[in-house]
Amino acid sequence: MTDINHIQPVHLDALQEAGNIGAGNAATALSQLLNKKIDLHVPSVRMVDFQAMQAIAGGEEEVVAAAFLRITGEAPGSMFFILQKEEAEELAYTLTGRKVNIIDDSFDELAASALRELGNILAGAYLSALADFTGLSMQPSVPSLAVDMAGAVISEGLLEVSTKGDHAIVIDTEMEEAESSDSDAVTGQFFLLPDPKAFEKIFKSLGVEWS
Amino acid sequence: MTKLKEDQVIKVGMADWKTAEAPEKLRTSGLGSCVGVVIYEESRKIAAMAHIMLPDSSMAGTRSLQRAKFADTALEDVLAWFQEKGCRCHRLQAKLAGGAQMFSFSEGSEMMRIGPRNSEAVKMFLEHNGIPVKGEDTGGSKGRTIEFNIMDSSLFIRTVSQGKTII
Repeated sequence: MTDINHIQPVHLDALQEAGNIGAGNAATALSQLLNKKIDLHVPSVRMVDFQAMQAIAGGEEEVVAAAFLRITGEAPGSMFFILQKEEAEELAYTLTGRKVNIIDDSFDELAASALRELGNILAGAYLSALADFTGLSMQPSVPSLAVDMAGAVISEGLLEVSTKGDHAIVIDTEMEEAESSDSDAVTGQFFLLPDPKAFEKIFKSLGVEWS
Repeated sequence: MTKLKEDQVIKVGMADWKTAEAPEKLRTSGLGSCVGVVIYEESRKIAAMAHIMLPDSSMAGTRSLQRAKFADTALEDVLAWFQEKGCRCHRLQAKLAGGAQMFSFSEGSEMMRIGPRNSEAVKMFLEHNGIPVKGEDTGGSKGRTIEFNIMDSSLFIRTVSQGKTII
């Protein structure tokens, strides 16, 4: 049975490689959409406990906009696209031309839908590259968007993992505008949390031994 | 005069529970579908706070389960602590907050309904053990940070979009 505690550095390396393949494809899709060059890279693949996972998006109580989706198929999991408040508002402005305050009760539906669609495009590009690379089927659900405390939204993605153990493996993707020193350059985070039962299939497909 | 432990806030992490006595406060942040439960004995000014993730330990896929993660096992342990302290169940009271549904999906997955199930499981446990619920702010789709002041048994709740309330 898949036990997350058996994860070795070689497994994390393999996941990082897979993550980079997905990130590369997502960067292309995003650059086209925003009409500027966006870099996505996977700085780390980590095994973290729940406390660390809650803090990973900038602090438990930090307000973030999060698009969350479930992956079904041979390698199920959860995926998050997370933007800090200002980044989300900046992106919404780029996509819709509207200035919005995302924690306002009357948070603009067009801006919300633009951010959801952004999550959809990113996830679709990322997962299709990953599926090609691993030969495993992975279908993303339509993303759902929430603007709230990072801890509260992230914990939703930990539920599946939490029935099996106390750690999650997170493929962390950083997103930033290339060649920009501008302080309001686009930055964001993208998390992939494979369900425990997905590990064996993923590693097997990547040619990494799993005992 | 020395001020002992004044304003000391004890932080409770996800899938954990902690105890405190006045004038300490208990706090847990970023509750989404998780439920924060405080059980307290008003007269002796002692309290325990649990940050519960899942409703039932039967959901655990492994034998080495972390008891503080599940409503049934976490609250059993909390009650055992109170009994060790010499408290009787009928003197205990409870308040709870959280159990939201942060995301909505058209295809209904059971995991997405975990927030309401967490609240139900907690309330059922409290009822079984004759512990009255003195205040509750559960459900909805908002994250909550809570802080319990043992001195006056008030539970302070902060949300991003709807501000602060005290129950």
